Amino acid sequence: MSDLSEPRLLNLEGNHACALGAIAAGCRFYAGYPITPSSEIAERMSKELPGVDGIFIQMEDEIASMGAILGASMGGMKVMTATSGPGFSLKQENLGYAAGAEIPCVVVNVMRGGPSTGLPTRPAQGDIMQARWGTHGDHPIIVITPASVPEIYEQTIRAFNLAETLRVPVIILYDEAIGHLRETVEIKDSNSIEINNRIWASEVTDSFQPYAAGEDKIPEMVRPGDGFRTHTTGLTHAPDGFPTQDPELVSQYMDRLLGKLGHHGDLVEGYETIEVEDAELLVVSYGITSRAARRAIKLARAEGIKVGMFRPITLWPFPAEAFKEIIAPIKNVLVPEMNAGQLIEEIERYRPEGCDIEGLNRIDGETITPEQILDRIRELAANE
Amino acid sequence: MSEVDSKFNIRDYLREHMFPHFLCPGCGHGIALRALLWAIDELEIPKDKLAFVSGIGCSGRLGAYIDSNTFHVTHGRPLAFATGLKLARPDLEVIVITGDGDCLAIGGNHLIHACRRNLNITCMMLNNEVYGMTGGQVSPTTSSNRFTTTTPHGNYEPVFDACKLAEAAGAGMVGREITLQTPALKNVLKEGLSHNGFSFVEVMSDCTEVFGRKNELGDSAEMVLTQKSSVRPDGYDNTVEQPFRPNFLKTGVMARNDRPEYAAAYRQHIMSMKEG
Repeated sequence: MSDLSEPRLLNLEGNHACALGAIAAGCRFYAGYPITPSSEIAERMSKELPGVDGIFIQMEDEIASMGAILGASMGGMKVMTATSGPGFSLKQENLGYAAGAEIPCVVVNVMRGGPSTGLPTRPAQGDIMQARWGTHGDHPIIVITPASVPEIYEQTIRAFNLAETLRVPVIILYDEAIGHLRETVEIKDSNSIEINNRIWASEVTDSFQPYAAGEDKIPEMVRPGDGFRTHTTGLTHAPDGFPTQDPELVSQYMDRLLGKLGHHGDLVEGYETIEVEDAELLVVSYGITSRAARRAIKLARAEGIKVGMFRPITLWPFPAEAFKEIIAPIKNVLVPEMNAGQLIEEIERYRPEGCDIEGLNRIDGETITPEQILDRIRELAANE
Repeated sequence: MSEVDSKFNIRDYLREHMFPHFLCPGCGHGIALRALLWAIDELEIPKDKLAFVSGIGCSGRLGAYIDSNTFHVTHGRPLAFATGLKLARPDLEVIVITGDGDCLAIGGNHLIHACRRNLNITCMMLNNEVYGMTGGQVSPTTSSNRFTTTTPHGNYEPVFDACKLAEAAGAGMVGREITLQTPALKNVLKEGLSHNGFSFVEVMSDCTEVFGRKNELGDSAEMVLTQKSSVRPDGYDNTVEQPFRPNFLKTGVMARNDRPEYAAAYRQHIMSMKEG
């Protein structure tokens, strides 16, 4: 076990940074199942959690891991599990339960090539749409896409803060390349890290309703044993927590559930822009690909090409309002992705008149290089 | 004081505003719930210290009627959810209410590993031989040749013996009872709740409306009497073919195993690691 409270610089691989970020955020329960390329997260959690009076358990399968973290979360702990493609598919059932019953949890998906068993040891960005829509029905979910090892550490802490305050599952989505990349991470003094905790209901009254929310749309949580004796269900429920099919109550529930993230847009939103002020050409990129794009933009700028980048850090909900302003004057948009074209579908929704949007895709288990992006930027600039 | 004179009042444990309940006339599930609450009452476990976790199906809906901390989770996953809840909150008495489909089919993997770990949870599995809520499809415990909506020509699949399975997988305590013998069922459940480890109690329930009607098994009274004739408190007998079950089923407490409870073993492991 390491001394996790001492501020210092550590050389870490992405998956270990995720584990340490979780512990810094207050995660004290981890349930997992081995799968490449995410297993190092479970391994590091199994090593560190006992030292902070936390609980690690390797469950019998991916579904059970997801079930166990939800049980522990309802018991009062901050919880996490991690997986990759095939395992992420199995998480979807209980991710829907977490979204519907509003159970805080953090789920990491270290993306590998798909479909099916695919390319277990190769990077990909093929789960962009699954992360948003993998579980059935309309539901709220937050997806965060860090692009570096230090960012994995910081964003894992942020993921817990969002899950706990908004009562929503948060997905941390990065690919195998960042998961196994080693970079320097600044471990901060625990007092200088912002930690947000869930709000516990404290007053037991006859009229208490566990799913009644105030203006902030987030109901207070009920700790079993505190005397509330409430019901939690994946069935559509009324503010009293019990199942309902009354259209008015169903609408009330769905409107609040689907509206709560928008209501807290300032907390949820996260993006970075590079040289967009005078840009005529925009690269929209995330995760490991954004690092190649960053290099390509620097080289293209040196050649006098007016190119910038928009990088969503919170991928879902997509930072639409900020993006609409940035894309408004743009003539050409390039969306490099390690998939056959997924986020580009979202980008198309904001296309201003006269703007061309195209993808640059790679699905061979290799990362996109700066040269590939630079070549296409040059061609697009020359055609203008 | 006889069992019948008990001071137990089921109303002390029910959310009466949820009534009328959704169970069909003649269903054995309500009797099983009564036996469970009776066992809790005799053990004097406070309602606030209980947590009920149930899955999907008729059995899964029982939790909503109990005035306690109740969690109605996904199909087959109550044991997985309960494992996390119990580890996070060892102060709670965690009880799983599940059914033959929920526990033995979609949740079968979770059952065997819950038995293997031996975490202090009590699991009450209501076996009515059928998927009742979805209209009466074949389950892993449907008896041979029985008709269901997915075995229109009779069931040809072998039957799971849930108690043998639980015992072989290492459950700390295993028991079985029928609803007709409610005081006996209450006593088996009390043993399960008192045991420090994973306790598995199979309740032979009856689905009169769907399964009974389809197989012309008579009314509820007739069904439970037939059931009574197929069980013996003195053990398995695999030689005699019975009309209702493929063989006699043992009732009562069938296995007890005092191996270390999971959470205690985990704590001890961590303590020795910190000292070492």
